Amino acid sequence: MIERIEQLRVQAETAIAGASGSEELEQLRVRYLGRKAELPRLLRGVADLAPEQRGPVGKVANEARQALEAMIEQRVAQLAQDELAHSLATDTIDVTLPGSPPQPVGRLHVLTQTTRELEDIFLGLGFTVIEGPEVETVHYNFDALNHSPTHPARARSDTFYLDEDVVLRTHTSPMQIRAMEAHPPPLYVVIPGRVFRPDSDATHTPQFHQIEGLAVDQDVTLADLKGTLLSFARTVFGERREVRLRPHFFPFTEPSVEVDVSCFHCEGNGFLKDGSRCYLCKGEGWLEVLGAGEVDPNVYAHVPLTEANAPGYDPETVQGFAWGLGVERIAMLKHGIPDLRLYFENDLRFLEQFG
Amino acid sequence: MRVPLEWLREYCAPALDVDAIEERLTMTGTKVEAVHHHGVGNPDRFVVGRVVAAEPHPDADRLRVCRVDLGMANDDGEATIVCGAPNVAGGQLVAVALPGAVMPGGAPIERRKLRGVASEGMICAASELALAGDGDGGGILVLDELTLDAEPEIGAPLAQLLPISTAVLELEVTSNRPDCLGVYGVARELHAATGAALAPEPWHEDEGSSGELPIELARVTVECPDLCPRFSARVFEGVAIGPSPPWLAARLLAAGQRPINNVVDITNYVMLLTAQPLHAFDLDRVSGGHLTVRRAHDGEQVQTLDGQTRTLDAETVVIADDEGPTSIAGLMGGARSEVGPETARVLLEVANWNGPNIHRASWSLGLRSEASARFEKGLAPEQCVWAQAVATQLMIALCRARVAPGTIDVGGDGPPSRPIRLRDARVREILGIEIAVTRQEEILHALDFHAEPAGDGLDVRPPPVRREDVTREADLIEEVARIDGLEKLPATLPKRRGAYGVLSPEQRLRRRALDALVGRGLYESVGWTFASPALADRLRLADDDPRRMAPVVENPLSEEQSRLRTMLLGSLLDTAAHNVSRGLADLRLFEVGTVFALTPDGARANAPDASGARGETGVAERRSLGVLLSGRLDEPSWRVAEPAMADFFAAKAMLEALTRALRVDGLALAPARQPFLHTARTADVQVGGESIGWIGELHPLVAQAWELPGASCLELDLDRLIAHAQARRAYEDLIGYPPLRRDLAVVMPAGVPAAEVLAAAREAAGELLRDVRVFDVYTGQQLGPGRRSLALALSFRASDRTLSDDDVAPASERIVAALARLGGELRA
Repeated sequence: MIERIEQLRVQAETAIAGASGSEELEQLRVRYLGRKAELPRLLRGVADLAPEQRGPVGKVANEARQALEAMIEQRVAQLAQDELAHSLATDTIDVTLPGSPPQPVGRLHVLTQTTRELEDIFLGLGFTVIEGPEVETVHYNFDALNHSPTHPARARSDTFYLDEDVVLRTHTSPMQIRAMEAHPPPLYVVIPGRVFRPDSDATHTPQFHQIEGLAVDQDVTLADLKGTLLSFARTVFGERREVRLRPHFFPFTEPSVEVDVSCFHCEGNGFLKDGSRCYLCKGEGWLEVLGAGEVDPNVYAHVPLTEANAPGYDPETVQGFAWGLGVERIAMLKHGIPDLRLYFENDLRFLEQFG
Repeated sequence: MRVPLEWLREYCAPALDVDAIEERLTMTGTKVEAVHHHGVGNPDRFVVGRVVAAEPHPDADRLRVCRVDLGMANDDGEATIVCGAPNVAGGQLVAVALPGAVMPGGAPIERRKLRGVASEGMICAASELALAGDGDGGGILVLDELTLDAEPEIGAPLAQLLPISTAVLELEVTSNRPDCLGVYGVARELHAATGAALAPEPWHEDEGSSGELPIELARVTVECPDLCPRFSARVFEGVAIGPSPPWLAARLLAAGQRPINNVVDITNYVMLLTAQPLHAFDLDRVSGGHLTVRRAHDGEQVQTLDGQTRTLDAETVVIADDEGPTSIAGLMGGARSEVGPETARVLLEVANWNGPNIHRASWSLGLRSEASARFEKGLAPEQCVWAQAVATQLMIALCRARVAPGTIDVGGDGPPSRPIRLRDARVREILGIEIAVTRQEEILHALDFHAEPAGDGLDVRPPPVRREDVTREADLIEEVARIDGLEKLPATLPKRRGAYGVLSPEQRLRRRALDALVGRGLYESVGWTFASPALADRLRLADDDPRRMAPVVENPLSEEQSRLRTMLLGSLLDTAAHNVSRGLADLRLFEVGTVFALTPDGARANAPDASGARGETGVAERRSLGVLLSGRLDEPSWRVAEPAMADFFAAKAMLEALTRALRVDGLALAPARQPFLHTARTADVQVGGESIGWIGELHPLVAQAWELPGASCLELDLDRLIAHAQARRAYEDLIGYPPLRRDLAVVMPAGVPAAEVLAAAREAAGELLRDVRVFDVYTGQQLGPGRRSLALALSFRASDRTLSDDDVAPASERIVAALARLGGELRA
């Protein structure tokens, strides 16, 4: 009896293993495990066996049935998986066609992008961002910034006038005064904004953008200016950059400096690996990027003491630095933009390249 | 300012090459913009030769064949040189360019045959060596005829005798340093910057001429001492007018000035050396021998040296003789008293003028000169005497003139400078680095300041030429710092007490607004603040439209740029037109920028006062945001061959995206008109009941004016939009109790706006209705004329339980009833 069961099991296992479809498996299931099949019949007949045979035979027959059921189940799952795999593998598309529907991608203007980048640098250094009017009074644009009554920048060849006392601001520096009028020291601010000068050629446009910086505290030194601008230079132009301060003259700073950054194109060498002169710094090794200095004592003197800014700005108790940098110039250097007029033409083929 | 290095080295000659000198000057504040070269290319190929014989050329009438003794400079001692100059003759010592020489213009000299005779070099004219202007007569330079420092030796390098080659430093001199508009001033800077010795001031010895000038020779009256702090004059007699010697002409040429004659050249030379302009009058052409310095009569005319007739106003100062103005003070001499070939007596004027007045006159006359560029920056009265001293030496040496005894000197030295205390501690506090007091003192002395130890630092008095520029301790700190070397400063960061870098909520929202539009595929355009006066007409603005009230620039670059924009639409249309005309027709643009308006009454306090009125400009500024869509909204693709075109609803979708990104609730559009927009496809944009802008399709005539096929646009007051943005809000549980959704299709009279339907539904439903929107619109014959079906998606939610059908049934019924009152009925 046990031999017969083993025989049936081997026979069924061979057939299941060889089955190639789910229909065939179903037929095998009926043939070996169906109601009328031999194995179930044997199992049902166990009760009729001699008591000492019931245990061994029942055990073998039960094991055989369970094993065959499991095997069929496994084969069914396997075949379903194979069939799914086959149907997926033959359901082909050309994955190299473009995505659809196309998703439009917009761009910030390179000037906005650059302004944000610069704002973020100075935010990280603890400066806040403030803004101010583009139409200014002569008082804020020149007088309070210690420009002599005959300073050439006041000339109608250098400044747009709306009337005798009102100008389009020629720099963001008037906001130095407005900021100090509105806030007490210590004061750490940057002021981005549009400014205007009557020039128009490849390197001058009648409108352009600046970012003013102003730091006034008890003890802000020229060395602090250098460190602050070194952070700026390395963030914008790369970690190997150095800055140098060159003495200069501005009416509203004393000492005044122009700030150069070592050229990122030739690594400050002035010439390239092939020995040719660096076109970017013209062989100087340095790029002039901005003007700056310690705030002139006369500028503080033009800041009235008010309720808003008490205790006010006494040049014997506060000191600090200011700078003004050109956004167009920074973007021009970073991206190799040859002509400032491109910024305001807004040709899509220009806009597409940045932002 | 162009400074020939050869000239500079006469006064300060550090053992440095030109690159090192450039670096030192630049790093101490006198920026070298460029280094030029003046003169011959390779001075070693230019030598002294003696013409042994000059024979006629066998085949050319105007050429001579010269045998020239070149001594050690030539292997054979002698060379054959063909020369075309009429004045070449045997026995002359001449300047010879040897084969291989490079002439000032870059032309090489080579051995070559001239009409069959081999020529081994060139005998040079002064102009060919850049030692004279072009009009030197065409003859060769004969060295025997010159007064030279050294005896010319045959075969010796020419450069030992004459400045035939020099580097020229082009300096950027800042406006506070007119003293560096003279070679000696630059020499002093170089001295301070390098420590190299400085030669004595060229005016330290004055050969003439103290006392009063006899009144019968010349008289000067100064009627406006406020504008003429000093006027000095000397008279020179027996003046021999002629060309300047090559060394002087070479220096003028290298400095960028054309030699004219010895007297005029001396005035220019002394100005270039001392920074003090001078003017020479032909005394015999000064009517009455009497000069009066006075304000011009309004409308008075004078013919200047350049041949132009200038009309003056009453603030311009003239120097007049008995016949009227003969010179414009500080700007340019007059033609009438110009020094010429016949001049025998010269009155040399060296005056000091009020800088601001010269500046004003220069601008009002459109006349800028080397003199005005110096005077307008403010010179020291002392410089008059210095320049007279140097000029006197040269007039005697070069013009064989006799200086008449006596000097006219009206006015005098400037005020003595008061001592300024330079506190040692302050130097350190401002710079962030220590500079020893002894070093400070050394630097100040090198710069010609008087400095002596006092109390907590130094007491310092600046020299006359720095009197205007250096008046405070801060100015002294700058002097000390720049010469000691700013490269020594460490790079430190400020203390930043109490500082925290953060954008304001408005600034962050503004960034978010831009990012939202970029995220929707828009490109940011940055247009011009300037607008044309014609813009208002092109936009069809009515005569009384406030947007016509554009602030006017008094001195625009062009009429097209003479107004400040009152809205962004103009610049967006310009950007669109630029791109469309270049075949880029699908545009999704936005711009953020300032727009301007004259304040209503145009009133503005003119006089600055402490009340803050000095801040009043009479112009109001707003930050505006504009969007312009034109053409297709997407690129055509393989699945969507014909993408949707920009229309009103495309623009409105941008508006909705923007308000959602900013969390601005309560957006509503109300029918409105704008002259530049489609009559029926225009709306007023409102938020919380406040009008903040407009939206619509462009009027076809406006589109036509910019040659656009059409566009949909909007413009908003960005700051007012952002003011409606919701602040940070507290968490609300929208997850625990899910919403119950219902759709409702209702047939309404077509004239009832969707917004009215939604408002009625909201009002009727009560607080359980959290959201209702239109998701379909249908018009068709079976609805009947003038009817349309709106499909509404309703979303009900309670915050304390999950709603059942029974909960929302009453609300649904109320909605249906409310819509029925608007003429609607449920769609079957």
